[in-house]
Amino acid sequence: MFFRMIRGTFVRQWKKMLMIALTVALGASIATAMLNVMLDVGDKINEELKTYGSNITVVPQSQAVMNKLYDVEEGDAGEEYIAEEKLGELMTIFWANNITDFAPVTDTTVTLNGEEVSLSGTWFDHHLEFVKKGTTYQRDTGIINLRSWWDIHDGNWLDEQKPGSEAGAMVGAELAKKQKIAAGDTITVKGEHSTETLKVTGIFESGDEADEGIYTTLPVVQRLTDSQGLFKKAEVSAITSPEDELAIKAARNPSLLSGDEYDLWYCTAYVSSICFQIQEAIPEASAQAVRQIADSEGKILEKTQLLMSLITLMSLLGATLGISNLVTSGVMERSAELALLKAVGATNGQVTRLVLTEVLMTSAVGAAAGYFLGYAFAQIIGQTVFSSSVEMSGMVAFVVAVLIISVTLLGSLPAVRMLLRLRPSEVLHGGH
Amino acid sequence: MSLLELKNVSKIYGELHALDQANLTVEKGEWIAIMGPSGSGKSTMMNIISCMDRPTSGQVIFDGKDITKESRRKLTEFHRDKIGLVFQQFHLINYLTAVENVMVAQYYHSMPDEKEALEALERVGLKERARHLPSQLSGGEQQRVCIARALINSPELILADEPTGNLDEANENIVLDIFRQLHKEGTSLVVVTHDPEVGEVAQRIVRLDHGKIVSDRKNEHFTE
Repeated sequence: MFFRMIRGTFVRQWKKMLMIALTVALGASIATAMLNVMLDVGDKINEELKTYGSNITVVPQSQAVMNKLYDVEEGDAGEEYIAEEKLGELMTIFWANNITDFAPVTDTTVTLNGEEVSLSGTWFDHHLEFVKKGTTYQRDTGIINLRSWWDIHDGNWLDEQKPGSEAGAMVGAELAKKQKIAAGDTITVKGEHSTETLKVTGIFESGDEADEGIYTTLPVVQRLTDSQGLFKKAEVSAITSPEDELAIKAARNPSLLSGDEYDLWYCTAYVSSICFQIQEAIPEASAQAVRQIADSEGKILEKTQLLMSLITLMSLLGATLGISNLVTSGVMERSAELALLKAVGATNGQVTRLVLTEVLMTSAVGAAAGYFLGYAFAQIIGQTVFSSSVEMSGMVAFVVAVLIISVTLLGSLPAVRMLLRLRPSEVLHGGH
Repeated sequence: MSLLELKNVSKIYGELHALDQANLTVEKGEWIAIMGPSGSGKSTMMNIISCMDRPTSGQVIFDGKDITKESRRKLTEFHRDKIGLVFQQFHLINYLTAVENVMVAQYYHSMPDEKEALEALERVGLKERARHLPSQLSGGEQQRVCIARALINSPELILADEPTGNLDEANENIVLDIFRQLHKEGTSLVVVTHDPEVGEVAQRIVRLDHGKIVSDRKNEHFTE
């Protein structure tokens, strides 16, 4: 009988029930999309920020001590070096797949047309091969990806894999303007140990001090500084997990962690655990997180998540108000029928249960539809904003179910209040 | 012991005394008509007797038990077990068939039993129309479904509010015949009406005016 009455309501009030289902579907879809994107956004923002440069710097151990002593963010002073061949070790660590790019950099000062300018030797798109314990590791890496924001005004990126490209160079826009250098020109730079003639392949604009300098291949700078097979620092870009309490604790001193904490930390892509593993692989080096990038990640993530939480909250609030309106008007329309149920002996609890069951069943249908719609929304957001799909979390389905039940019950409260106050004597007999 | 006693019952809405110091006794098996013009307090009295409203003052004693101060839930249970209601507007659920409308009262009383519900419809001569929706029934037939619903839980008292108010003469007679039959079977009946023809077939006639009982007399013309 209970379900016959529910079926009757669905048949008779199908328009109202459809509106409730649509309201719930809209709320559920936004909540599903936002919560899924929110959970996935950490990795997505991480990936996005990786396009704005490295987030780990590798410097010689002794240089790192000096940097700490003098509170310098990046070690580029001093004459300490790391062997270039050691960089291959980065392809062997536990989180090697999270390291998207890396490049050694040696900076020096040279004279160009009588003016002292900064010259950086690095890898552009270097093909690296590394053999360890019989396994050959190889990849193409360099600053092409680490400086993806560079705007090439004139010419092209230096193609390191092209024969004869070793003596190539890219000149910063400010310097090129000052010295009237264009792509295709040849420049001669004089260093402490040699003089090199370089062919300019492109003019770049970086928006920072690099615009006043020159970038060339590492061997050129190694000859100029007499540091063959060595480099001063390396920039590493890695996909990392947002920092939490465990990461902060480990960053202070990993030896303070318990066994389980250590395992969890080591097997999570925290920037600190990746740095730790780089140091394990290259003991003479010190790997340090570039705090500016790590902090930006945290702040952007926090703000994005706050924004999405607010959107979710607003959509659920809207759904609550919509449900409240629809259920209340439904109860008002059916007041004679519901009063009759009371008149034939139904208690307030029984009548309330009947109405809530109808609304919850309708909400369940709306929530299911909304979940799949939310899945589609999440993918649209993923593709539009991050150019990749958003992974759906099972936990979100559970959270959305709990939220929708809460929203439905909360939205039904005014109607339930009305039901409890419904007096059959007034509705069925009229006045007095 | 009387089935129902109202002792000095008043119902006051602000300045309005809808019922004023009313005293009424209903014996078991008795058929009473409560009559009076509009606004005389008939419906108020019916609501108080049916436990759907509480008096402002006075006592309501049903089957020897004072129910005036009972909780709302207890009153609902009491009303469900002891009283069957018949309404002027029928108040059938329009998406349920005749037999399902009868079964609704069973559902909230104990357990729905279709066989019993069909028997109740048979008592009012509607077994063949059991599977029809209210919209497919005439006014008189709808009222008979309403009576079957009131009877289904074997109440001690049938309370009917203007039961023939929306019926033509032929259907009015059918309903009154059913009441006669119920009375013969020992069911107590309280019928609220402003129609003298309906009132005059009852065993006892109580007249209300401005909330007061102005007369309470046996009907000399009453015939079984």
